[in-house]
Amino acid sequence: MQREGSALHGLGVVFIKEVSDHLTSVRMRVLEWLIVLVGIVTVFFTIQEIKESTAEDPFLFLKLFSATQEQRLSFAVFMTFLVPLVAIGLGFDSVNSEFNRRTLSRILAQPIYRDALLFGKFFAGLFTLSVSLVALWLIVIGLGLVTLGLPPNAEEMARAFIFLLVVICYAGVWLALAMLFSIIFRSAATAALVTLGLWLFLTFIWSMLADVIGGAVVTSGDPETQILAKQYLQRLSPSTLFSEVVVTILNPSTRSLGPIYFSQLQGAILGAPLPLSESVIIAWPQMVGMFASMIIVFVIGYVIFQRQEVRA
Amino acid sequence: MSENVIEAKGLTKRYDGVTVVKGISFSVASGEIFGLLGPNGAGKTTTILMLLGLSDVSAGEARVLGHDPVREPLKVKRRVGYMPDAVGFYDNLSASDNMRYTGRLIGLERKEREEKIASSLAHVGLAKVADDRVETFSRGMRQRLALAEILMKEAEIAILDEPTSGLDPQATLELLAIIRDLKHRGVTVLLSSHLLDRVQSVCDRVALFNEGRIALIGSVAELGRQVFGGAGFRVEVEAEGQGLTERLAAVPGVRHVEQTGHNRFLLTSDRDVRPEAAAAAVTAGGRLFRLSVDEPSLEAIYTHYFDKMAPQGDQHAA
Repeated sequence: MQREGSALHGLGVVFIKEVSDHLTSVRMRVLEWLIVLVGIVTVFFTIQEIKESTAEDPFLFLKLFSATQEQRLSFAVFMTFLVPLVAIGLGFDSVNSEFNRRTLSRILAQPIYRDALLFGKFFAGLFTLSVSLVALWLIVIGLGLVTLGLPPNAEEMARAFIFLLVVICYAGVWLALAMLFSIIFRSAATAALVTLGLWLFLTFIWSMLADVIGGAVVTSGDPETQILAKQYLQRLSPSTLFSEVVVTILNPSTRSLGPIYFSQLQGAILGAPLPLSESVIIAWPQMVGMFASMIIVFVIGYVIFQRQEVRA
Repeated sequence: MSENVIEAKGLTKRYDGVTVVKGISFSVASGEIFGLLGPNGAGKTTTILMLLGLSDVSAGEARVLGHDPVREPLKVKRRVGYMPDAVGFYDNLSASDNMRYTGRLIGLERKEREEKIASSLAHVGLAKVADDRVETFSRGMRQRLALAEILMKEAEIAILDEPTSGLDPQATLELLAIIRDLKHRGVTVLLSSHLLDRVQSVCDRVALFNEGRIALIGSVAELGRQVFGGAGFRVEVEAEGQGLTERLAAVPGVRHVEQTGHNRFLLTSDRDVRPEAAAAAVTAGGRLFRLSVDEPSLEAIYTHYFDKMAPQGDQHAA
């Protein structure tokens, strides 16, 4: 049935209201300080390490973001954990709080469609996350400039920028997931617990479980099939996708994310960096996969929200 | 007054195979205060949500200000104000900030918006607390804030779901005064309630809901006549004298006389028979101490009606 009027009428109003809510909330204040403090600490230790170990890396600046081999907690790894936490913190009560405060029916009785409310909330969350992440990214680069005394070259900046976009997209996946559960569960606590549980599961447990399942399901003795099966399973988790993209983009010598065949190594100089375009091509499926999962999760939530009854 | 602003024809709502609203039809004329009454779960709120386009219509048709709420919800919602049952606001924002948000959603320009916020808050008596956070507001203040929102919107129809539930008597009176004032401004009011005596005082016409159907519709007096078959008045007489029972029973219009105590009589009649009853008592040489009348209240109509319905085996959705 054709409905009349724009579905996005009022989107801007909802967006501005939600952004102002986020930016003034105590919750966001805490999350911001958490992310900035931990970010600065990791970068500080990374810089110490860079100063001691590496002298003639052509991509020294990118080392600020990614792990050196000796150090486990790099900025990028830390983002894998904290970005979902912040995104979930922003999204877990976005829709059910409107139910619980009994504001939903009053707001929807104004001349807007539900679409505008949901889109406004999602974009406001994503915008708030982006602002924090861009600020953090600039802090890291600034700290790097000051302490290393070395300007980044154009390719490093391009890679760092792509990294920023990927982090924002990764945040979007978790925001969409948190919003999905905030639509499904009326209780904010339940929604938060379920989302956090899923985050723990996908980030820490799934890669191990995928190994076991892959080993059990693929019975052929062919090691290639086994490895591929395990990898495909692991890639169901956005955390895996994110780490793979980060490794490829921030570490130009990454040549493949799957098993490396001898044919690929023919004529290759080990450890030689790939050009940016090649790195992007290697990580492209993962990037698209992450973006797609964000949209799919959002659409599932959207459909459920549209069918929900307004009355509490 | 003749033009109908709300029309429902065979409006039906099914949830998962359960029919909650079973093909109801009614119309509300412009400038009227129309009450939807009935027990909780009778389908009042669902009907309201369908009229606003907030809930899909399973069958039937509704017209609000000439628009179909299913196809043109934005046009309907622009001109209709809605106050939900137990209305909520953003507690962390002030009253005027809450209204600013709604004002923007409605699409009012800044200058017009600020003027209307100030004037409508003043009108419902919330001007002093306009900049206080809503979390400090009592329930009655929230209800009034919701009405201020409807005033700001300059709605042609105000739909109020359980406007007086949970309010103390004083707050109820204030709220009813604002509702009457809406009518004077030419706003059509559709309200739902399960509190009958309060609604009776403001409604022009009412529809009694029962299990998803409209059982009765009309003005309170009409309903009284329908339900009691014209014997809705109860006149109480306290008098001293000889043979009063017979004399009172002889008064035209009196259906039944019952002696309820020493010198106390209860007359059931189809109209107000106080003058005749007084005359009868006095001409009998008696002394009249007290005379009072109960008009058929909505409460009585309601109880009587549902008492009649109950033995038929249907269970009420409580």
